[in-house]
Formats: sequence, C-alpha cells, structure tokens
Amino acid sequence: MTLAHKKDFILTLEGVNKTFEGFKAISDLNFYMDEGELRVIIGPNGAGKSTMLDLITGRTRPDKGKIEFGRDTDLTHLNEYQINRLGIGRKFQTPSVYIDHTVFENIWLSLEGSRSVWSTIFSRLTPAHRERIHEVLNTVGLSDKTDWKAGNLSHGQKQWLEIGMLLAQDPKLLLVDEPAAGMTDEETHKTGELLMSLAGRHSIVVIEHDMVFVRQIARTVTVLHQGSILCEGTVDQVQSDERVIEVYLGRKKKERH
Amino acid sequence: MARPFSNRELLFVGLACLIALVLLPCLNAFLPPEHPFHVGTFTLSLYGKYLTYAVLALGVNLLWGYTGLLSLGQCIFFSLGGYALGMYLMLKIGKLGQYQKEIPDFMVFLEFETKYAATGGLPSHWIPFKHFWFAAAAVVLVPALVAYIFGFLAFRSRIKGVYFSILSQALTYATCLMFFRNDFTFGGNNGLTDFKFILGYDLNAPATKRALYLCSALLLLLVYVFCRWLTSTKFGLIQRAIRDSENRVLFSGYATADFKLFVFVVAAVISGLGGALFVPQVGIINPSEMSPEKSLEAVVWVAVGGRGNLLGPILGAVGINSLKSYATHAFAEQWPYILGALFIFVTVFMPKGIVGLPGQLRELKRRRFTAMPASNAAPPTALAQTKQKPAKSE
Repeated sequence: MTLAHKKDFILTLEGVNKTFEGFKAISDLNFYMDEGELRVIIGPNGAGKSTMLDLITGRTRPDKGKIEFGRDTDLTHLNEYQINRLGIGRKFQTPSVYIDHTVFENIWLSLEGSRSVWSTIFSRLTPAHRERIHEVLNTVGLSDKTDWKAGNLSHGQKQWLEIGMLLAQDPKLLLVDEPAAGMTDEETHKTGELLMSLAGRHSIVVIEHDMVFVRQIARTVTVLHQGSILCEGTVDQVQSDERVIEVYLGRKKKERH
Repeated sequence: MARPFSNRELLFVGLACLIALVLLPCLNAFLPPEHPFHVGTFTLSLYGKYLTYAVLALGVNLLWGYTGLLSLGQCIFFSLGGYALGMYLMLKIGKLGQYQKEIPDFMVFLEFETKYAATGGLPSHWIPFKHFWFAAAAVVLVPALVAYIFGFLAFRSRIKGVYFSILSQALTYATCLMFFRNDFTFGGNNGLTDFKFILGYDLNAPATKRALYLCSALLLLLVYVFCRWLTSTKFGLIQRAIRDSENRVLFSGYATADFKLFVFVVAAVISGLGGALFVPQVGIINPSEMSPEKSLEAVVWVAVGGRGNLLGPILGAVGINSLKSYATHAFAEQWPYILGALFIFVTVFMPKGIVGLPGQLRELKRRRFTAMPASNAAPPTALAQTKQKPAKSE
C-alpha cells in the first residue's frame, strides 16, 4: 500500500483497526479516495460504515492505523470541531438540524468563518452572508422556506437542510450518512441529483442501503464487510461479485423470499 | 438573527419598571403609614428579596432554558455572592456586636483570637473584605472562578444531561457541608448575620431599605436587558442550537465546551449578583441557602414561569415566592406538597409554563374550531410521513 504516497488522495485510511469491548468494528481497513470523487459505501448492517465515519470525524479514535486528510494532515489526534474546521463536513443518519431556528438561521450558523465565543457574540449578519445563505438555500431547493422553523420541515427537507448546512462551510470533503433514509422515492431521486451536482467541486462519501439510489449516483462503490473492504468497483462489477452476493446482496434476496 | 424588542414586550417591561422602580418606592416613601395605599418597608424589602430571586431565576434560565444545561446547584453561586458581601457587612458591625469587639461575634465565640492571634483574631482572608470595593469584586469574581473551574472540568470531560445536573447538585451540597463547619471560618451553622451598616448607612433605616430595593429592581432590569441582548446575538443562536442538537454544533466546527463554559460563568456571575443584594435585605446568609432544595426551588420557579424566554422566570420567581409567603402563613405544613404538585402539573400540562399558556390556549382553540390547519403551523410532514420508507439504522 505504499502506492498511496504517489498520488494525492483527499482521504487515506491505512491499516485502521477499532475494537469496541471485544467487537472488531473495523479491522485492517484500507481506503483511498481521489479529490472530487463521489464514492458510495455499501455493506450489511454492522459492517462498520458509520464507525468508519466516526473515525474520520474524530468521534472515536482508532486503536491502530493511519487516517490522513489531503497530503499529510493526520486526523487521528484531532477532535470533532478541529476536523470540521479542516473542511470535513458530516451529515448524520438521522437529520440533525436546529429545530427551533429558522432555515435561514440554520445556514447562518453553519457559514464558514470564525467559531470563537467572542466572534459570535459580536458578529453581524452582512449582505455578503445573506447572499451566500440564499445561494446555499437555492442549491438545496429550500429558498421558499427561508423563514420556516426547521422543526416544521418535512423529513426529506430536513435532510436537504442539513446538506445545505454542510455546503455553507464549503467543505473539501462531505461525509453523508444514509441521506435517502426515510425519504419518499421522489425525494430520494432529488437527493441523488443534488449529490451528483456537488461532486467535482467537493469530494463526497455517501453511505447508503438503498440500491436504487446507489445505482442512480454511484461511479465507484466500496463494499464494506466485517470492518474491512470486500471489493471496490462500478455498481455492475460489485453486484456481480460472488463474495458480495454472498455476504450482502445474496442475504438480502434470501430475506425477501 | 437579532430579534428586536417587540412592542408588546416593550410595553410590558416598561409597565413593570414603572410599578417596580417608581410606584412602589413612592408609595413607601411619600404616603403616611396609615394611608390605605402605603407600602410598608417590610413589604418593600420582601419584594426586594423576590427581585433578587428573579435575578437568580434568570441565571438558571440562561443555562437551562437557553442552553439545555439543567443546573441543580445554581444557589451555590447565589450564596457565594451573598457570603462575599456578607463578609463586608460583618466587618462593618464593629464594636456594636454582643461581645463589643472589633471582630465579628462568631469569631470571638469560636476563640479565633487565640487561633488567629497574629492578625488580631481575624483570619487573613477576611482582612481585605473591610473594603467595599474588594467585597464587590469578590461578589463577581468568586462565583465566576468557581463556575470556571467546575465548568472547565465538567465540559471538557463531556459531562452532559442528567449527569451534569447530578454533579452540579453534588457541588452545591458539598459546599453547603463545608460552610456548615465552624473551622471553615464563615460562621458555620449560623452563617453571617446581625448586619448594621452598609457603606456607612444604617441597614435598618427605611431609606436604606428603599435604596436596596431599588438596586435590586435596577439589577433585575440590567440583567434582563443583558440576557435579551446576549440571546439575540449569533451567540444566542448557538446557545439554543447546543440545546437542540449539540452534536450538530460540534460537527459544525464549534467548540461547544467553550460556549457552555462561557454561559455557565455568566450565569454564575448573574446569580452571585442576585445573592449579594439578597443578603443585606434579608439580613442573614447561612449554609442552608446552598442546600440542594433551594436550587431545586429555583428550577421550579423557572419551569412554572416558563423557560426559554425572559419574562417567564421573573414571573415564576416573584409569583411563587409571593404564593409561598402567603401559603406558609396559611397552611405551612402543606406548602411542600403544593409546590410539588404545582411543579408536576406545570411539567405535564404546561411545558412552556405560565408565559406559554396563551399560546397553548390559542393552539387548543385552533385545533378545536378549525377544520383546516394553518399552513406554517402544520407542515407537510403529516402527509409525507405516511409515504416514508422506514429509516434504517445501523
């Protein structure tokens, strides 16, 4: 895996291990991602997908291994907000927005800029901020809900708002955990289009269960199984891979019968 | 976004100021005692005490209502502020005490003269409290320092929710026990009392009492305006964001521990200021002010009045304490039950407290009398949810 250093990856995980009370959630995980890539990660429940995001975003620390952002920023010793400030945004599985604030305020709080206590006390909303907030709301299709309380949005709209909150920071890397969960088919499709339009300018990791959605957005799919990578390739390659059918798709088919 | 004062709020606050800052003191000062509208000095001081409680309630509310930090030990800061000023008041008694010595009575009684012979019986940390300015600074700095140390440790270790509440209660309880000890040099069980003068004025003179009352009302107004300003800044938005979704704030690049620490220290200072004005009006401060029950009571005021807004806690503190002084005369034994029942009733049926009641009633009326829900109040979630696929979780 020395190959990693020859190319500029946006994200590098090498030999990563994480055990929770005897349970090996992540074992010898190696993962590389190019800049501007849209990568989909699939895998059965308990494969370690969310743990992987936890490790990247500093929520948990690996027992062993290397997690690097960009050329040589070590993430393993940083905490959540430091990692976020480097330009890594994370959307949680269940939408987490500030329900008591308006859609506008939700984006405002997420806008890039100083995050210290003093600067927030004396910060003013400038016309430039306003413009940027409306630009973000346009991108995620919520410009007609600007003054709505976020708590009054539908489930799907909350998911988009949270994606908008990430975009407001103009992150280099977006980590999106099950964006289509709990969405209607139409909302799912719209989410797919949104993510595809963001790829290129941002590098995006999407974790997803819904295979229709995966097929819609995926260029490269990584299959995670028991905490390490089972295989990587296009949707078709992955879906026809024997091992994948065995552990993941096969099992799903069996469940249906 | 900054939310300016609404006209209704401005009217309400203006009216309250007129009554508390002008009307009541005037009725006390200019009407003869036999006049039916005369407000007695005792009553005025009683209201002064309630106003300092209202300041404490605003401190609790800044933490609980706005930041989601339920402190069950806020009275420790109230008491620390009170003790700091109480020490100054103690040293101004001079030779008018029972033992007619330069040092406070309890120090004579506890034989401090031999114990602290080098400094004439006065423990050295008491000496600077002879100066009002030092005591006034301590009123602010001691609660701030204690809050900073406790908050720093608690928030760095990510102690949250109910664990934070329990820990805050343990802090006040432990401090309470410490102050009960005679060798802790703060008067032990009896605390500090028998005050005679403040800044040279006789504490028993009606004019002094009136001035102290006015200071309490002014302090409350200042704290109110400060909280209003703070909660309307971007900082205020982040406070409430932490309350509603701390993880999102943390993963948006904010060091939430710093924000919570700041609010905790500010709330401690507010509470300490309240305590400092409480003591000269009540004439005593003792460790029972720090007992966990007192802090719980403060939480009840806020819950009953309505948390997450600024009028609710004030209404709750003044209202419940007025009720209390009536009830403890009329049916003393049942008071704890009344208070408990009130708390349960409000928590279950009035989550937004008294202040939220009009809105709650409007909502009830709307639901009952309109077939079609208003578009903003009832979002399309109801429709969308029926079609949703179940959210998968790992």
